[in-house]
Amino acid sequence: MPIGDVLPEISLTLGAVAIVLFASFVRQRQHHWAAVLALLAIGLGAGLTVAQWGGAPRLTFSGVWALDGVALASKLVVLGAGALVVAMSPEWMRTDRRHGEYYALVLFALLGVIMMASASDTMELVLGVLLSSVASYPLAAYHRGWAPALEAGMKYFLIGALTNTLLTIGVVVLFGLTGSTGYPDITQALVTDSDRLALTIATACVVLGLTFKLAAFPAHAWMPDVAQGSPVPAAAFLTVIPKVGAAVALARFVSLLPPDVAWRAIVALISVATMTLGNVAALRQTDVRRLLGWSSVSQSGYALMAIVVLGVSDQALPALVFFLASYATANLAAFAVVTHLRGRTALDDYRGLARHAPIAAMILIVSLLSLVGIPPLVGFFGKLMLFRVTIEGGYAWLALVAVINTVVSLFYYLRIVAPMMFGSARSTVHVLSGPWASFTMIVAGLLLIVGGLGAEALSLFTGSIRFAL
Amino acid sequence: MILTAALGLPMLGALALAVSSRWTETTARRFVIAVSVLPVLLLAWAWRQFDPQGALFQFVEEVPWVPSLGMGYRLGVDGIALAVATMSALVFSASIAYPVDTKHQPRQYYAWMLFLQSVSLGVFLALDLLLFYVFFDLSLVGMFFLIGRWGHGQAQLAAFKFFLYTFFGSLLLLLAIIGLYLSVEPHTFDMRVLIEQQPLAGTGLYAGLVFLALMLGFAIKTPMVPVHTWLPQAHVDAPGPVSAILAGVLLKMGTYGIIRIPFAMMAETFARYALVIAVLAVVSILYGALVALAQRNLKRRIAYTSINHMGYTVLGIAVAAAVLSDDTVARQIALTGATVQMVAHGLITGTLFLICGSFWQRTEEYDLDSYGGLLRQAPWLTAFAVLASFASLGLPGLAGFVAEFHIFVGTFGVYPWLAVIGVLGILVTAALFLQMLQKVFFGAMPERWAQFEDLRPLEWGVLAVLSAGFVIIGVAPAFLLTLVEASAKLLMGGR
Repeated sequence: MPIGDVLPEISLTLGAVAIVLFASFVRQRQHHWAAVLALLAIGLGAGLTVAQWGGAPRLTFSGVWALDGVALASKLVVLGAGALVVAMSPEWMRTDRRHGEYYALVLFALLGVIMMASASDTMELVLGVLLSSVASYPLAAYHRGWAPALEAGMKYFLIGALTNTLLTIGVVVLFGLTGSTGYPDITQALVTDSDRLALTIATACVVLGLTFKLAAFPAHAWMPDVAQGSPVPAAAFLTVIPKVGAAVALARFVSLLPPDVAWRAIVALISVATMTLGNVAALRQTDVRRLLGWSSVSQSGYALMAIVVLGVSDQALPALVFFLASYATANLAAFAVVTHLRGRTALDDYRGLARHAPIAAMILIVSLLSLVGIPPLVGFFGKLMLFRVTIEGGYAWLALVAVINTVVSLFYYLRIVAPMMFGSARSTVHVLSGPWASFTMIVAGLLLIVGGLGAEALSLFTGSIRFAL
Repeated sequence: MILTAALGLPMLGALALAVSSRWTETTARRFVIAVSVLPVLLLAWAWRQFDPQGALFQFVEEVPWVPSLGMGYRLGVDGIALAVATMSALVFSASIAYPVDTKHQPRQYYAWMLFLQSVSLGVFLALDLLLFYVFFDLSLVGMFFLIGRWGHGQAQLAAFKFFLYTFFGSLLLLLAIIGLYLSVEPHTFDMRVLIEQQPLAGTGLYAGLVFLALMLGFAIKTPMVPVHTWLPQAHVDAPGPVSAILAGVLLKMGTYGIIRIPFAMMAETFARYALVIAVLAVVSILYGALVALAQRNLKRRIAYTSINHMGYTVLGIAVAAAVLSDDTVARQIALTGATVQMVAHGLITGTLFLICGSFWQRTEEYDLDSYGGLLRQAPWLTAFAVLASFASLGLPGLAGFVAEFHIFVGTFGVYPWLAVIGVLGILVTAALFLQMLQKVFFGAMPERWAQFEDLRPLEWGVLAVLSAGFVIIGVAPAFLLTLVEASAKLLMGGR
């Protein structure tokens, strides 16, 4: 068994186990050391991933596990984002009796997302989706005494149960059709003429199953509730990290399909519906966390643009990973600010924040502008690469739709920015005491600027990635 | 290095202001005025060094930024860019020095002004399409905060409208830039390569779509009728110096962009649509002038004259692009006129908006009918207002005349009947300015303005510098014309 190929995943698993044991034997006051353990596990995993970098793209473990540039790059994005989430959590979770276990759940959820991104086998994909879902439901409802958190967790769970079932059905139909669960065999079986109706049903089920993790139309409804109701660090996790794995998994899956399934049109339609719905719904929100949830829906729509032109433009996969990385940084920075401000959520409470908490306000503004795509922030380069591959792939109309949506999104981002800068403050600003959240917020804010000025490094890093298959 | 210094020093100044929390308003003001004058001096020095017989782009600087995307930090100027950039730097330092109510946040106000100066100069100095876009977008961010925070009336609404409307234009621009980028092998954003290769020549629909997106993006910024509707409100609710920058500098980004990108890089496509653009420009000229005549609000009236004046610039560019005509001389004259019009309009309208700012500081009233007879109360203010108005309506001996004369001579050579219709615009402009002067400064003075104060020395000095600019260009334009003509010739010869 080529154990060496999954060392990063093993380090995450062992880290999670160690945290569970640590948390059951140590006083609650000391539980922030579990965060340090989690960061160590993530750092070790990232280091081992970097060590795998540079090899030829290949499949391992009898072809169920992809070890290619896309898997490794998205693994690094997921681990980096996971580290930021862990680092912003300790002060928020300090008063929770189950503080330590939280980090174990985060690590398990990260593991599930990584499995989604690396799966080269439909069963492996189902396992990844289920693992990340099972670990994420309790994260959403972690404050179980609070009604909105419970509601968010419940909604998340119900939609998840439905779509995960659909995903499994799709996988089963595909298995019946091709006699295999491995991607290489499926590709070969689909080349010869097979039952197109069954294939269409299977494709629809799998795509629907993945839209849940992507928070894309039509399985997006959980996102605003989770963003608003779950603990802010958990919301940061759930709005960002599952998307990365799901987008890569979707790209991997659709690249197997023969051209006559018209998957480009399906993904393009989902993309348009997702970005438009997310933006229109965000327009009138008066709650910042809910607004960020809807904006996160719309960002999934942009990410799907790169999947539409997969195989037509050779830069589609780099653009997808680059965009996901830039989106993750910006959204995590915004949620880190909200965490630092103790989850302050009503839009009205943000009035005059620039006077009383200038650094937090500035980082929030920078992260929102990066989500819009204002240069020279890293979000600009993400959108630039998306537009570029979409136009190159002959989907200029999709780029135009995205442009119109971007203008709409600017409006509601400015609805947060304007009161912060132009309003007069009403009360003193309460922030979390302690270094974790404020430090994370500053690091994420700097990453947005450094990532933009150093876009070359990121683009070299993603520039040549491709699938093993 | 000289160009980097010109746009880098204000940026450093803005950073210094942002982090220095101890400075008093007076210290901040002195520091800012000193910093904002530096780019003017640097660009004036570059002007002296510029060789009209030399290459098209001079003082070129190049540092790779994202080489894998073909993007670099590339700066350089031709005569057109240098003239517009120098004028912009001057309008900026004048606006920064002009007294204004900073609403107890002087450091922030001046920091945003310096930031805006830096990125605006960046737009004119960039030789890389993506760098151009970066600066183009950042200028919107700076303007948004300046209007929203220090404006009056419905300032936030005006700021929102401005940002959303013009951001839509710049995103269309981004799509077109990507279209241009993809059309050249190897893909690059280098303007010099794109100007030399004319990559979209003969590609029909694709070139047409790129051209449409570019022109729409720039028309929103310029602004041309019918996509001008963001302009009046942004102007009326912005503080005076910010309006001066908006009209004097930001509008030029639209017309400068038309010269730099579609005109230089897509000559064949532009030639095909030159007549359409010229007709739209004439519509802007007439519509802007007539709507301005109908305004009862001082600032709104001047804002609409900007639409009229930028229409002349676009007309000049469109005439210059009409390759169908063999009259190369007429086309060159038109392009020179368009550039001079940009410089002249920046100085003249900058002056007029600063004067509006002085009115607001004294009275918080823009209604023309409420004024009268201020000549006796404020002779200096009257003098500058009359001088700038005459320059704006195109009186010979002042800069506006030089520009409009060139444009119309060029237009007569190519589209004579459009020139005839366009001249009507000048008539209406003359009427509207004379009526405005008569209402505000002559006749009987209402009792409430008995305490109206004349210009203070600082205001007086700033207005004198700007006025000197457009008087000198009007009397002895040779120094500007040689600079611009050299580049116009090279741009036309390249096709």
